[in-house]
Amino acid sequence: MAQDDNTAQGDNDIPLMQKILDNHFLLLFLGVTIPAVLYTVWGIVDIMSIPLAK
Amino acid sequence: MSETTYRICPRSGMQFDTKAEKLMRWNAVAGVLALLVGGIMALGVILTRWPSVKLLDAETFYLVLTAHGVDMLLVWIIFFEMAVLYFTSSTLLRCRLATPGWAWVQFWLMAIGAVIGNVAILSGNSSVMFTSYAPMQASHWFYLGIILFAVGALIGCFVFMGTLVVAQRDKTYEGSIPLVTFGALTACIIAIFTLLQGAAILVPTWLWSLGVVKEIDALAYRMMWWGLGHSSQQINVAAHVAVWYLIAGVVLGAKPLSEKVSRMAYFMYILFLQLASAHHLLSDPGMSSEWKVLNTSYFMYFAVMASMIHGFTVPGAIEAAQRKKGFTNGMFEWLRKAPWGNPVFSGMFISLVSFGFIGGITGVVLGTEQLNMLMHNTFYVPGHFHATVVSGTTLAFMSLTYLLIPILFKREIAFPKMAQAQPFVFGGSMAVLTVVMMGAGTLGVSRRHWDMAFSGAPFQYEWPGAAYLMMGMTGFFGVLACIGGAMFLIVTVGSLLIGKKLDDGQISATCTPHPKGSVSDRATAHGDAEHVAVPGTVALAMLLLATFVLYYFVNWKYLSEVWGLS
Repeated sequence: MAQDDNTAQGDNDIPLMQKILDNHFLLLFLGVTIPAVLYTVWGIVDIMSIPLAK
Repeated sequence: MSETTYRICPRSGMQFDTKAEKLMRWNAVAGVLALLVGGIMALGVILTRWPSVKLLDAETFYLVLTAHGVDMLLVWIIFFEMAVLYFTSSTLLRCRLATPGWAWVQFWLMAIGAVIGNVAILSGNSSVMFTSYAPMQASHWFYLGIILFAVGALIGCFVFMGTLVVAQRDKTYEGSIPLVTFGALTACIIAIFTLLQGAAILVPTWLWSLGVVKEIDALAYRMMWWGLGHSSQQINVAAHVAVWYLIAGVVLGAKPLSEKVSRMAYFMYILFLQLASAHHLLSDPGMSSEWKVLNTSYFMYFAVMASMIHGFTVPGAIEAAQRKKGFTNGMFEWLRKAPWGNPVFSGMFISLVSFGFIGGITGVVLGTEQLNMLMHNTFYVPGHFHATVVSGTTLAFMSLTYLLIPILFKREIAFPKMAQAQPFVFGGSMAVLTVVMMGAGTLGVSRRHWDMAFSGAPFQYEWPGAAYLMMGMTGFFGVLACIGGAMFLIVTVGSLLIGKKLDDGQISATCTPHPKGSVSDRATAHGDAEHVAVPGTVALAMLLLATFVLYYFVNWKYLSEVWGLS
């Protein structure tokens, strides 16, 4: 129990940014989602918005 | 399932999961084979674009150019990166490789894909170049080959991620993963986006080549394809920066000036680096200005800032380490007395300087919407990316190979004098080559056209003499760069075949901590360099800034003269 408390205490001492950088799957999520939205999805929306020639 | 065993390298203290080690060797060798094929093709390209030589006819030229692009930009680099991913996870974290069976699936899918793609190209019906813009159509085997290759690489990325989980679960490291492994993680994340983007466009294009899908929209293809084409080069950037940190640490015991800042720079790569793909579409009608401007002129600069941080902190770390050893005279004694005779170091440093001064500055210029109009689709573009991918990535990977020949392949380097000279021949000639390519591009020489003179065309264009001079220099220095590449192949293949065999080291059933002060310890060390002033690096950074401002200004001035206002 005492050991658990120490671990919890230790986890609380870790800065938020380090927690983010140590969460590899969160980084993967961000690294795929951000370009997928800003580059790919937005790009597709732009292309779909081009009016058809009449 | 057989038990995991570890080989402890007596020269470095590194502990290799024996299954992972074999995979690293096979992936690295496959990469070098692709480099050989791509290098032979490079000679064909360069000797044809050299106006006074013009070696190949048009049809053969485009075939050779396609093979050169695919083998160099995809096959060589991504095979080598697979080896880097396995090394930076399993070896640096001292744990077993997750799912080695799947890692072999990765290898064979990539190998089969590369062979299918190459056969399709060499058979002559897929001369669509690396970009393979629809509606230009290649054989369906060409697309299938690249899809298999990409799926294989994607599997390799997940094996890497799985290995991080194994290391975390087995508590083989304390705190955060080492900075070098974090760099590899960045490369892996960018690779996963890149390969998913590639699948999203190449699968429908493959179906189109089979007649299943009716048509592929040309603009949608370009937008989607560049998410693969450019982002795949961003994998390289993250990977070769990791190699810079690794080599600086291993050769000189250097630690980053601030590990936290270096990690944040990698984080910026994860968030923003892929968005630079948009700069390939800056001259395309159809994409909105908001999409272009936000993705390039805003978000891309965050990634550029990250590169500038790495570009400062790696030489800064080297300077701090050298000054600590007593090389404190003047501003540059640390650099003069660096181990220039060691190709591991010299190749890395030339890669760093070429990438920053040539590739980096010109990348920002190309990514500026207005300036992009000056050089879009000209010879400037391959000039720029040869500075990043060849001078930057390939040279960094060559340096890493010299480091790994005794450690991973257990051979002494054959032809050590040739190995010492190789980074200077290759790096030096590539530096001049990229500058003259961009010079020719600035004068308007086209990016891919077989014959810059447009012989036989009804309307002739009178090129300035300087354009022919620069294309001639491109030919000369291109041949020299091919010689530098051949030297690398002679040294590596020679080392594997006739290099003196070195002691294998012990095989152990368990991993032990990295021996203090060993190569493996330096490669995985945490913490910052002790606070030492780095005036030489600051001077180099100021020189880079001055060069950038001057070059940026010159291009804006040049742009203002393209269309006179009255």
